[in-house]
Amino acid sequence: MGLDLYAEDLVANYEHPHNKKSMADSDSHSHEYNTTCGDDITVYIKVKDGKIADVSFDGSGCAISVGTASKLTDAIKGKSVEEIEKLGFDYIVELIGIDPGPARAKCASISLKALKKAVFIYEHKKPDSGTEKL
Amino acid sequence: MATLDVNEIKKDFPILQSTKDGKRLVYLDSAATSQKPNQVIDAISDYYRTYNANIHRGIYHIAEEATEAYENSKRDVARFVGAESYEEIVYVRNTTEAINLVALSWGEKNIKEGDHILISEMEHHSNLVPWILLTKRKKAKLDYVKVGKDYRLDRQSLSEGLENNPKLLAITHSSNVLGTINDVKEITKEAHKHGTKVLVDGAQSVPHMPVDINDIGCEFYAFSGHKMLGPTGIGVLYGKREELENMPPIIGGGDMIRTVEFYSCTWNDIPWKFEAGTSNIEGGIGMTPAIQYLENLGMKKVFEHEAALTKYAIDELSKISSVETFGPGIDREDHAGVVSFNIKGVHPHDVASIFDNYNVAIRAGHHCAMPLVTQLLGQSAVARMSFYIYNDENDIDKAVEAINEVKRIFKVK
Repeated sequence: MGLDLYAEDLVANYEHPHNKKSMADSDSHSHEYNTTCGDDITVYIKVKDGKIADVSFDGSGCAISVGTASKLTDAIKGKSVEEIEKLGFDYIVELIGIDPGPARAKCASISLKALKKAVFIYEHKKPDSGTEKL
Repeated sequence: MATLDVNEIKKDFPILQSTKDGKRLVYLDSAATSQKPNQVIDAISDYYRTYNANIHRGIYHIAEEATEAYENSKRDVARFVGAESYEEIVYVRNTTEAINLVALSWGEKNIKEGDHILISEMEHHSNLVPWILLTKRKKAKLDYVKVGKDYRLDRQSLSEGLENNPKLLAITHSSNVLGTINDVKEITKEAHKHGTKVLVDGAQSVPHMPVDINDIGCEFYAFSGHKMLGPTGIGVLYGKREELENMPPIIGGGDMIRTVEFYSCTWNDIPWKFEAGTSNIEGGIGMTPAIQYLENLGMKKVFEHEAALTKYAIDELSKISSVETFGPGIDREDHAGVVSFNIKGVHPHDVASIFDNYNVAIRAGHHCAMPLVTQLLGQSAVARMSFYIYNDENDIDKAVEAINEVKRIFKVK
């Protein structure tokens, strides 16, 4: 892991996060807490015609968790719920342009985990094992 | 400030010769675990290479040699911490297990419904969770001694807590987050006036300062080998002879019995009564060179060295804007070599990650003291540097460099 993890873009997304608000009228939401870091992220979604019509997140955490949540919520708008179900950790690596390494993997993936769980809840499905392991 | 010859000491620690991307390792996380000198590594290796055998059993020379080395290590431990006899030294895995042993054995026998157990708000989870579990099982009451705004134990609150005549006071000698050193001798004296027995968590004190348990007068004292140059997996419960003798064993098996019949058995003497099964032999053997190493330096010098480093670190950090430290300060000599800090607007995990790029190892998190960090300090987590015999001012300068890099990346003023 190099200083590249703290690319200007990710730090900017931490300092001025996009889509950071709670959503009272969401179709589904899911809360995740990382006990080691104390990262605390809730993701809210609105679904229309099987696609993510709106998405937001709220909570607090480190630059990796908040910066990634900001970028993730920007990136997945308009994707279908099926597409979201299939997303894995490699999507996060692509999104932030670096593998954060084992010590920070949970920080980077917490928003994706919350997002995927929100989608599963929306579909009345049990989260798959890949999601639980994120 | 040169109370210890750090350059000479560093030579004994092979890991400190290592580099990553051309940068030497600056290890500032000794409160989590200490590094190990060649003397300890060699003693363990020597055991496996030349006299590996099970102890207390074999009638052959390497078994006798292993038994002697293991048992002698307890004498070294007893001398090092001022216990009256090696029989008061029970080997366990770590401080956590030592405290749990007291909770499960002494606690199960002596704590009744409605009894009080008193602990403090600055306890590590290891000296907090076993008491939550015990008081829940027994429907007993768990009370807390408050921590003051000066990050010291609130003595008024201690006196109030003792008014309930608690059965046990379990308190840390030195806080792993704040660095606060508690005057456990005075505290024990006050507790005994109420008939309260005292357990001291010495995980952060035995490695760093002179400790004389007999002088402190407490009934129980717990610490870990791996924080004092020794191997992981070996810890110590000191218990006063009469306490240990009256405590039932909690783990049954070989070595802890004297006689066994099909439906009954009798216990071995202390401390063996509490050490069922094959012991951590290499761990015990590794304690001897660790203690010798510290005794050769002198624990008073070790403490003075760390106090000087702590003062230097706090002075340097106070010069940097937007950096906040959490601890009692260095004016009263009750601050151990631990400096917790935060940089405004930056999560401590990000701080630690950026430090890692400088090959500077610090800890970030709640440090297994969640109520203290989250409720009292009001932080979700804190960054912490902690010092030992192999650290010097250059190491702290590296940390300061890393702090400035954090500030640059996060545009902190």
